[in-house]
Amino acid sequence: MRWGSIPGSSEAQNAPSLSSYGSGERPAARGEGPSRHDHCRMTAASAESGGIRAAGLKKSYGSVEAVRGIDLVIAPGETVALLGPNGAGKTTTFDMLLGLRRPDAGTVAVFGVPPAAAVRSGRVGAMLQTGALPDLLRVREVVSLVASYYPHPLPVDEVLTRTGIADLAERWTTKLSGGQAQRVRFAAALVGDPDLLLLDEPTAGIDVEGRHEFWQAMHAVAERGKTIVFATHYLEEADANADRIVLIARGGIVADGPATEIKAMAGSRTIRATLPGVDLAELRGLPGVLSAERHGDAITLSCSDTDAAIGALLRSFPSTRDVEVRGASLEEAFLELTLGDADGDDRDANGEAASPPGEESG
Amino acid sequence: MNLPTHVRYELLRALRNRRLLGISLAMPFAVFYAVAPENRHAQIDGISFPLYFMTAMAAYGGMWAAMSPCSRLARDRAKGWTRQLRITPLRARTEVAGKVLTAYLAVLPALILLYLAGVSLGVRLDATQWLEMTGLLLVGLAPIVAAGIGLGHVVSVDALTPTVAGFVVILALFGGAFGRLFNGGVMLTIVKLLPSYWLVQASKTVTGSGDWPAEGWIVIACWTAALVPLAVLAYRHDTGDD
Repeated sequence: MRWGSIPGSSEAQNAPSLSSYGSGERPAARGEGPSRHDHCRMTAASAESGGIRAAGLKKSYGSVEAVRGIDLVIAPGETVALLGPNGAGKTTTFDMLLGLRRPDAGTVAVFGVPPAAAVRSGRVGAMLQTGALPDLLRVREVVSLVASYYPHPLPVDEVLTRTGIADLAERWTTKLSGGQAQRVRFAAALVGDPDLLLLDEPTAGIDVEGRHEFWQAMHAVAERGKTIVFATHYLEEADANADRIVLIARGGIVADGPATEIKAMAGSRTIRATLPGVDLAELRGLPGVLSAERHGDAITLSCSDTDAAIGALLRSFPSTRDVEVRGASLEEAFLELTLGDADGDDRDANGEAASPPGEESG
Repeated sequence: MNLPTHVRYELLRALRNRRLLGISLAMPFAVFYAVAPENRHAQIDGISFPLYFMTAMAAYGGMWAAMSPCSRLARDRAKGWTRQLRITPLRARTEVAGKVLTAYLAVLPALILLYLAGVSLGVRLDATQWLEMTGLLLVGLAPIVAAGIGLGHVVSVDALTPTVAGFVVILALFGGAFGRLFNGGVMLTIVKLLPSYWLVQASKTVTGSGDWPAEGWIVIACWTAALVPLAVLAYRHDTGDD
């Protein structure tokens, strides 16, 4: 396949998207309002110090290489999705961007300083993938507590309203549903009014309606010129909510660009048809066919060359009916680009590449 | 960053923890009233029984309260909240200072409640003596506070209750909080090496019938000097990456 995806050698593939940020120039932040202190912060910072710069990040846990060389430049004001299957290395990457884990190799700078320093200055807010709220506190109290740690927090009530949890303000943290707790954690990440928000699978456990509200709230944050990086394995979320998608598989970046570009990169198209009782192996052997699936009488062929495949299909199986050719959906692009991961090593069901031994769940 | 708010919420959580209130306030208070009235006019260890037992129970409840950050820490750790705190501007030293302050603020009610109980059974001290006793107890609890924070960073939630209970009860028992166990010999020499022994002795110190000799100060200082670095190590081990 064209995207023989060697993790770590992403530069060539990403040339189009990286070049625009790689010059050291900070591109105009999308929708960056004339917001208060940001402005002076930004002008004070040198051009190189904007956003996130990660170079050559590597991290192993024992013999498991969770991250095998990630280079990532994120400009201020961008909304970027780190998209990848479970175990791809998203959470480990996040932890390194946050300074929670030291990379084995490589460097990270957040707003031009090491992550821990950026965190200390209150410019970073994050939702980790794991983590519950402290007990014996009410929702409003937790959010107020977190607000007290930041130099310029937002009004707590405003944040509760914006994240849709105003009616839960007096609820004990231990009496929340998973989705409600997740929203409280989002409020806690927002309340410090950070310039950078890192959200690791932020909608896990939230129902459909709640997701919609969540992304609305996040768009409002993005419109204020904040930088947002979120990890997800929901393709639609990445497609609908990010300016740019960084596709991660097996610890490396396999694609990086706008959603449309990612789809184009995959290049594959799909043929669907009705063909009862056919042998999948025979279908896979047809020219131009990458993979074949069957659901009842319906077959789906993922193709590198649909023209060749259709011809061969109709010649070999004249009984084929209802033939339909479609461009790759993002989902298919995703599967294609990360295919190696799917049949590769099976990592823990918990998701991200194996926690280091002895690590507490958190 | 904002230590007062941090401490306020920590304290709120301590006060909302009914088990902690039961064990650090209600239990010593109840035990005092169960035992002291009948021995109201007795003497023990050269002083009146109510004074001895009031101080002993205050020390016992105080030890529980001093350990109070331990279970909160272990629970927060298990839930991943301590990790969440590390990605806020909250500094480690503010967090730890908050824990120490909260521990001491939780100790005070345990002492005051027992003082009141003592007074009701005829314990009379002048203001300086009350203050001196409080001061000695607070100083003597320093190693216990350090132990609580250290244990909170290493012990799992499951193992927490037996660990803390064992620690406090054994210290209290051998320190003489439930009555003087040894009047001499090797065992007395050994128990004098416990910080809890000196907590109980605070009663004698303030009435002038005994005092915290250099030995007492050295024992407390050594325990503190040993446990604080251990707590720091536990903290580092817990929050350090890989």
